[in-house]
Amino acid sequence: MEVARFWRTNKQRYQLVGEECPHCKGKIFPPRDICPTCDKEAKVPYVFSGKGEVFSFSTLHQAPAGFERYAPYTVALVKLSEGPMVTAQLTDVDANDVKIGMPVEMVTRVLREDGERGMLVYGYKFRPA
Amino acid sequence: MRDVSIIGIGQTIVGEHWDKSLRELGYYALAAALKDAKLARVDALYVGNAHSGALSDQENVGAMIADFAGLRGVEALKIEAAGASAAAAMRLGYIAVAGGLCDFVACVGVEKMTDQQPSTQESALAMSADGDYEAMQGLTTVSLNALLMRRYMHEYGYTKADFAPFAVNAHANAINNPFAMYRMNISPKQFAEAKPLADPISMFDSSPVADGAACVILAPSALAREFTDRPVRVRASAVATDTVGLHDRRDLLSLDGAAWSAQKAFAAAGVNPNDIDLFELHDGFTIMSALSLEAAGFAARGKGVELALNGEIRLGGRIPITTMGGMKARGNPAGASGLYQIVEAVEQLRGEAGANQVANARLAMTQNIGGSGATVVTSILERI
Ligand SMILES: [Zn+2]
Repeated sequence: MEVARFWRTNKQRYQLVGEECPHCKGKIFPPRDICPTCDKEAKVPYVFSGKGEVFSFSTLHQAPAGFERYAPYTVALVKLSEGPMVTAQLTDVDANDVKIGMPVEMVTRVLREDGERGMLVYGYKFRPA
Repeated sequence: MRDVSIIGIGQTIVGEHWDKSLRELGYYALAAALKDAKLARVDALYVGNAHSGALSDQENVGAMIADFAGLRGVEALKIEAAGASAAAAMRLGYIAVAGGLCDFVACVGVEKMTDQQPSTQESALAMSADGDYEAMQGLTTVSLNALLMRRYMHEYGYTKADFAPFAVNAHANAINNPFAMYRMNISPKQFAEAKPLADPISMFDSSPVADGAACVILAPSALAREFTDRPVRVRASAVATDTVGLHDRRDLLSLDGAAWSAQKAFAAAGVNPNDIDLFELHDGFTIMSALSLEAAGFAARGKGVELALNGEIRLGGRIPITTMGGMKARGNPAGASGLYQIVEAVEQLRGEAGANQVANARLAMTQNIGGSGATVVTSILERI
């Protein structure tokens, strides 16, 4: 049962599939079905380029359950070049080298281990571009 | 709509209560408030709690505390709104009494957090964030607030040390609060040198996980003086919401939900920020204090930290905050904290705040936030 929860968001996590509003052409990520700009229904899939820049970041030391083995790791708000913001980990970079405004691109990595059977969950992270 | 007053308050010491369970903590606060109101029974019990499922394997907490407190049969419900659960419980009580459905309502906030390991606590707290798009990426409450603080420093040019007054003030005020968890001073130097939990946030920016419970008894103002000489009137009770995920915010550094909640409360009370004598704000993190001061209109955008640096948040300042230690030093038992804020505001308005008394306090505002600004409950209380 738990697996469906991850499977349901595979398209978002593997390919950054969001939505485009057919009314105002606004790009939406994560998908939310109602456009935050014009409040009309927006369900047209849109694949983001995966390019963006670091808007804010932090390196955390106390990880939640399922992420302990990866700590410390660096997380960020990434402003995608199409406009929306996405929350993600940064990878392939020394934490001391991260700066606000740094160009980044999406890659697919293991996000976490889930449950007693150790199921791996994959998803987007961002690395310097 | 009927006018509503607080006729009784109760609280437990905030701390690591290894010898006490969720139900005992809730009962102690409830019993203390009933005694304060000289009341034996209530028409309803609303229990604010955020983490009983994740941290105590226990739901159905309304019925549980009602039964344990000897109120079997009474209307009792649990209300969950993350870190705003306790103030949300009072909001429900206010609706019931103001709407004429109940005369006497007990609003309890209770949280039991210290039974669990830090990683389990972090996971439970992260449930207040966006599960699929924040927690899934390994974000914690601390790191989400770190993203806010880093961006705030970047846009307005503050240093980490500039946030020290929030923590220093909270700790100084907690010394005189017998219910507080950390009754000792900290220095700006200790603040600046603390090791990061999630940079730029250190343990001195962050409020401690804790156990505790607090309670108020609500009644129609027309009946209040039969129970107490010092009723405190609820001038406004307001809730507003914003996106749960930070990435979905209209403007990362504007707590729109807090602004809307405060504006609703000011409008309902017919007052403005200049009329407020003290503000028990949501200081889960120092950055939340700064953003809350700005959202509620006590400081202009980007000026919340400056207000603190100028000493205006201290007792005797223009707008005293966290007057009994706040979440930082009184401690932050998540789903109970909003009622600690309200209990402390009532102490100030009754003139029972001892060495921390705000002179001639007549109007107090409290604001309790669930998640990083998603659910925001604001109350304005008045001495009558
Ligand atoms: Zn649109």
